[in-house]
Parts: sequence; structure tokens; C-alpha cells
Amino acid sequence: MCPKQFLTRRAFLRSLLKGGVLALLGATLYPILRYLYPVKGAESVVTSVAAAKVDELAVNTAKIFRFGNRPGMLVHTPQGELKAFSAVCTHLNCTVQYDEDASVIWCACHNGKFDLNGQVISGPPPKPLESYQVNVRGDDVIVSKASV
Amino acid sequence: MKLFAGLRAFFRERYQLGALADLATHKTVPLHRHTFWYYWGGMTLLLIGIQFASGVLLLLYYRPSAQEAFESVRFIMTKVQFGWLVRSVHAWAAHLVIFCAMIHLASTFFLKAYRPPRELTWVTGVLLFFVLLGLGFTGYLLPRNTLAFFATKVGTEIAGVVPIVGPIVQMMLRGGSDVTDVTLTRFFWLHIAVLPLALLGVVGLHLVMIQLQGMSKPLSVKTDRAMPFFPHFFLRDLVGWAVVLGVVLCISVYWPATLGTKADPFAPTPAGIAPEWYFLWMFQTLKLFPSHVLGLEGELVAVALTGVAGLVVLLVPWLDRPARQGRTHWLVWAAGLIGMTYVVGMTGYALWIGHHP
Ligand code: FES
Repeated sequence: MCPKQFLTRRAFLRSLLKGGVLALLGATLYPILRYLYPVKGAESVVTSVAAAKVDELAVNTAKIFRFGNRPGMLVHTPQGELKAFSAVCTHLNCTVQYDEDASVIWCACHNGKFDLNGQVISGPPPKPLESYQVNVRGDDVIVSKASV
Repeated sequence: MKLFAGLRAFFRERYQLGALADLATHKTVPLHRHTFWYYWGGMTLLLIGIQFASGVLLLLYYRPSAQEAFESVRFIMTKVQFGWLVRSVHAWAAHLVIFCAMIHLASTFFLKAYRPPRELTWVTGVLLFFVLLGLGFTGYLLPRNTLAFFATKVGTEIAGVVPIVGPIVQMMLRGGSDVTDVTLTRFFWLHIAVLPLALLGVVGLHLVMIQLQGMSKPLSVKTDRAMPFFPHFFLRDLVGWAVVLGVVLCISVYWPATLGTKADPFAPTPAGIAPEWYFLWMFQTLKLFPSHVLGLEGELVAVALTGVAGLVVLLVPWLDRPARQGRTHWLVWAAGLIGMTYVVGMTGYALWIGHHP
């Protein structure tokens, strides 16, 4: 028997037991955590959508349309252009609206304002609104995400 | 009476009820000019009970799906007999329970009841308060009206601001990257299963600790005057409870909870979106915060500060060093006062702005 035994039988069994308990805990908790994590892929990926009819929007008005799961906004600017943005405020996710009097895009939540290029004019939003491409195809106004 | 005596004998023979009875008879409540504040914990407890009872009743008709949630609450309020009352009680008691818990928390702070050996009673109390806030937050979405829907969007977005863990927490809460049907299911699950269980556990611990250690006496009180908990204080507690129950019923009858309009995820967020009043101070802080502070995103700084504030509150028993040695220090008192003034002031300001846009 060797005199300098650095691993006694007791210590060995003890660490075996501890390791076993830990492994058991892990094996129990891991599936639970995974179970709680939302299922991916349920969200549809939409890259283009018919947002409106060509003559639907009067000058200096806007409408909200569905862009997949999220709202988008199509604006007919006072200059007669059609522009489209994500209607999700870059601050905290509220849905923006068009303020016809001032011709700006306005977020009611914390008074954020964007100009008609989606740039922030005032308020807390940190980034401009994501802008989309607008094409007219026949009668439809097609809004699409710039392909990356 | 005979029946009662018989029952009592039956249980006494079989279980060690003596120990329990001893606890109740030996427990005393210190009598001094601050005794009034001792009632607020009991009132919070009663309101929690009311929430369990009214919540169980609501569960009979409520349907947790995006298509049916709003309609089912409307059904409860318009078709079910006394449904309006049950929902109003649940809604009002939710406000009151947080209000009472706040008062209880503040009075415990200023009376320094968290001094050793009661640190953990304070910690469980603060955790309890956080669970109540969680219940308020998750319950707010359940009727799925416009106000709740957008407030939840904003609320969960704030959670996402925190680096690294934020996006995970946000994803877990929302059940995806947006507030959708899945979010409602998750909030429902939290509101009726996870958080109530947590609440029961923490309330249990909190009460056991108080039973074991007895009530704390403020440092300034030198007398040993006290009254027995049972029946003296208990009966007074009951009077308080009767008052609270009466208040809840009166408010619910005269100002029944409203439902608002059904949320449309594809409509602009209307003006005046606000969270429940107890989150208003945070909401207002966020609103006033510049979008960038020292090169960091404003929200991040605001959220970080709130997180730190929460942690400080949790650790008060250890941070207040003088109190650990049985002394009071004006700095602690001032810090508490400033914190409280800030929260009350911001809440008031937000309410005022809400009415005078
Ligand atoms: S969410 Fe739009 S300004 Fe805050």
C-alpha cells in the first residue's frame, strides 16, 4: 500500500456522489429550460407585400399596413411621393402614426418625431425608422424590404 | 360550543397543537406611538387573499387567447351575474395590495425593522413586493385591450435593453420577437401559476420568520409596553380587514373597472399609453431621459439605474451599517426620503402630464 495516498476511497466516493447529483440536476434543468424557450420558425418571413391601391391614399395622408407580423406605414407625402417605413418606433416599439398637420411621423408613446425620410427629428428614438422600397405594379403599391 | 370543544379535543389528542397555540399566545405586539404601522402588513395579506379568491372566480370564464381574451372579459362584465363586481374587485384590490405593500415597505424602512436579526424578513418582504409587481404587470395584459397591449410592448421592450440577459428575458416573456398570442399565453401562465406559487412560498417564509422572531421595535422606543397578539391585536387586525374589505367593495361598486377597446396590433399606438400607476415613475424617468448619456443609450442608463435601486432596496439591512450597531444615522433617513420623494414626485408628475397633455 502506498503511504502517500492523495485520493482516499472516501474522498473519491464523495466526489463521485457530488458529481452524480450535479449531473442529475443538469439533466433535469436543461430540458426544462429548453422547454421554456420559445419555438423558433413560427414567424413568417415576408419580404414584400401589396400595401395599398395606387389611388387609395390622398396626398398628405398615410396608412398602416401589415408587413408580416409587424405594422408598416405607407405615406403619401405632401410632395406627392409614396414612401414606406416600418411603423415600429425605434425607441420602445410603439406603433407610429402620421401627423397630417405637421407632416411628420409621430410616436404617441414618448412623443418621438420622424421626418418623411424616417430620420429622427426630436424625442427619444435612437435610430431612424427602417425604410422600405416602394414600387407601383399595376394598381398595387408594392412595398418590399431592401434585399440584403 | 360543545361541538367546538369536542373538535378541539379531537385535534389536540392527535396533533401537537399546543406548540402552535403557545406561539400565538406568547406573541406580543409592542405598544408605542408607531404601532399603527404594524397593521399594514396584515392588510396586505388580506388583499392577497382577496386576489386569490377573486382570481380563482375569474378563471372560470376567462379565456387566454388573443381572439377570445377581450370578449371573455367583456362576457364576464356584461353577461355573468355579478361578473362586473368580481372583476372590479380583482382590479381594485390589485391596486390596493401594491399600495399597502408600499406603505408597509416604507414604514418598515423608516422604523428600521430590518435590523439584525430580521434582515431576511426584509429580504423576503422586498421579494414579495417584486412578485406583486410581476403579478400586476402580467395581469395587466390579460384583458388584451389597447392600453394593455401597447403598455406590454413597451414594458417588454424595456426588458430587452439590458445587455446580454435582456434579449433572452424579453424573448422568454414574449414567446417570440413580438408581442403576440404567444405572449398572452405566457403572461397567463405566469399570472395564474408561476407567480402565485412564488407568492405563496415567499409569503409563507415571511410570516414564519415574523412568528419566530416576534415584532421589531423601533430604536427610539424605550418602553416595553406590549399587547398580546391573540386576541388583542388580532381583533384589531380584523377591524382593519373589515375596513379594507368595505373599501374594496365600495370602490368596486361605485367605480367599476373599465375594459377599454380591443387591442388592434395594426393600429397606431394612441396617445396616453401608460403602464399601471406603480410603474409610472419608471415610465416618466424613461420619458425624460435623453436618448444618449455619455455615449450610452439613454434607456440603458435609466434601466440600469432602476436595477441598482432595486438591488439597494434589497440590501438595505446590510447597507445601513449604523443600524446594525443600534444607531440611527441621518444619511440613511435622508436617502430613504429622497428615494421616496423621487418615486412619489415622478408618479405625480406623470399623472399630471397625463391629464394636461
Ligand atoms: S416608443 Fe416611440 S417614442 Fe418611445
